[in-house]
Amino acid sequence: MFKYSKKIFGILVLLLCVYNMAFITPSWANETSIKIGFNIPLTGDIPKVGECSKYAAKMLEEQINTSGGLEIGGKKYPLEFVFEDNESKAESATAVALKLITQDRVLAIIGPQASKQAIPAGEICDAYETPMISPWSTNPQTTQDRPYVFRGCFLDPFQGPVAANFVTKEFGAKRAAVLYDIASDYPKGLAEFFKSAFEKIHGKGSVVSFETFTTKDRDFSAQLTNIIRSKADVLFTPQYYDEVPLIVKQAHELGWNKPIMGSDSWGSAELVKLCGNDCKGLFFSTHYAAAGAKGKTLEFIEKYTAKYGYVPDDVAALTWDATRLLLKAIQNTNGLTGKQRKDRKAIKDQLAQIKNFEGITGKMTFTSEGDPIKCAVVVKINNQGAFEFYQSVCP
Amino acid sequence: MDSQILIQNFLNALQWGSFYALIALGYTLVYGVLLLINFAHGDIFMVGAYLGFFFAIVLTGNSLIHLPLWIVFIMTVVLSMIATSFVGVTLERVAYRPLRRKGTNRLYVVITALMCGLILENGNLAVFGASRRSFPELIEKTIYSFGGITISNIKIMVIVTAFVAFIVLEMIIRKTRIGMAMRAISYDRVAVPLMGIPVDRIIVFTFVLGSSMAALAGVLFVTAYPVLEPYMGATIGWKAFIAAVVGGIGEIRGAFVGGFLLGFIEIFVAAFFPSTLRDLIAFSVLLVLLSVKPTGLFGFSRSTKI
Repeated sequence: MFKYSKKIFGILVLLLCVYNMAFITPSWANETSIKIGFNIPLTGDIPKVGECSKYAAKMLEEQINTSGGLEIGGKKYPLEFVFEDNESKAESATAVALKLITQDRVLAIIGPQASKQAIPAGEICDAYETPMISPWSTNPQTTQDRPYVFRGCFLDPFQGPVAANFVTKEFGAKRAAVLYDIASDYPKGLAEFFKSAFEKIHGKGSVVSFETFTTKDRDFSAQLTNIIRSKADVLFTPQYYDEVPLIVKQAHELGWNKPIMGSDSWGSAELVKLCGNDCKGLFFSTHYAAAGAKGKTLEFIEKYTAKYGYVPDDVAALTWDATRLLLKAIQNTNGLTGKQRKDRKAIKDQLAQIKNFEGITGKMTFTSEGDPIKCAVVVKINNQGAFEFYQSVCP
Repeated sequence: MDSQILIQNFLNALQWGSFYALIALGYTLVYGVLLLINFAHGDIFMVGAYLGFFFAIVLTGNSLIHLPLWIVFIMTVVLSMIATSFVGVTLERVAYRPLRRKGTNRLYVVITALMCGLILENGNLAVFGASRRSFPELIEKTIYSFGGITISNIKIMVIVTAFVAFIVLEMIIRKTRIGMAMRAISYDRVAVPLMGIPVDRIIVFTFVLGSSMAALAGVLFVTAYPVLEPYMGATIGWKAFIAAVVGGIGEIRGAFVGGFLLGFIEIFVAAFFPSTLRDLIAFSVLLVLLSVKPTGLFGFSRSTKI
């Protein structure tokens, strides 16, 4: 008897499940809005990056929705952006990607921003055949052999030589030192590309000091002591905005008074606030410069500044571009079928075909790998603490 | 490897070790008296830094009082030490004392301490948000260099403060009546109340001492590394705890020496090996030390702790 009741109970549960599946319609089926997921770091090590991405995306969502929605094949659809926090952790980024794909059933995903999260999240998106654009990830692995993964910025193999050439020309550097976080994909990759580019110009051994630390370290005195003793002409440190102030201040404290060069991860609105006078006069390579912008870029900057009270950094601009790119690709599909697999594939195919897209961070054309060909700029942190355009470097 | 690098790294290690030592002192004080590992201590350090930040902003950012910056700095340190003591004592009153009254196993109190730490961390995250804050420069940085070796006034101040704090603590424990009471509690918890010693008051005093050490470390830490974040206390707190254990937890000299030992190992490994090996080598050395002498460098197998 007891055995029986257990069985009956089991069957009941099973029936309930089937009932649920049959009668509760999936949320996407009769919805007419376009759902796009954002996998961004709203907390964790680089919360400002997440905030800027969210603000830029919100601005675009508002702008399109107030004009009636996105026009696809003659029909207007409202946009719905879903923002999820990946806590700036690789494992959370994959969980967020999964949640956005399977639970929220978004058409495509923007983000993650940093390579550390974009590389593992790209794996998930590619496996689930969902288009993903990382606006800010410059590490080659993010898009490598992943047809569904794209990016909105240039790559580290391009940025490394840009920095190496710049320090050679500008400072006449013959010996360089590098300090980077070995446990993070982006700084590690870029440090190596810089090293090989610099050694190509000045010969083997010209990178006289190649020092490492681990994420969350606060004291770099031992490494900086070695760097200073190596008699390098320039220090290259491709770190995020929360570490740069500590590195720069400690370097100055230990007696370093030569130039320090950075990469696009420096370009946050927070950097000067945290770093103060120590960062003034330093250079870094990046995607766009807010000071001295023209045309559509200026329009974006003015609108963003008026709305949120500070000048948007490169992440905001790249997120804006990446989202617009995605919307353009959705428009190019000439009508959605409502079948998710088919639509996602159509969007991916359209993204791969985009040519000469006019973004606010420059013109973009995708290669077969899903990487855009675009220019880099070198920015100087001027005496007012603003990011000033210094020169432009194109591939 | 030449002597200049050696001396420079020696100075670097003294500064880095000072922070471990100051935090380890707090662990060891509470453990010595209560036999409680106060895992919230790393986060009390963080709270101390944030309170310091708050006072520094209030004292420099208003139009009513204009004080010279060095007075502002001293006031920031003292106010932060007082305010953080209140936080530490509140934790004791709200979380640890009720459990102690009920005679719960010490293990539960330790778990409670862990939770308190997480509450402080996430409470801070909820109140202040995740964005980094920059500690204002209260002391103008001066750099002295002698033949390739450089040292800043901040570095000197950190190192001197750590030594002074240690000596003051030693004096309190060894030379005052209240220190004697603390030693007595750690010696025999049953007999002490019978002698008319107010145990609870002594415990509160212990938390005041421990928390103010953490606040001192916190304010100095953000003066030397001026970026504040809610999780800043987690890793350094754990490491300082290990330093206290290696020194012989419950023993003030042990915490001090253990903190500097860890600082020295970390800096010198980072200086001469790839940094990925730093924690590996540092903690392997400490593990060997502990397996040779399980009670720590200065610890006794169980006699008078503190």
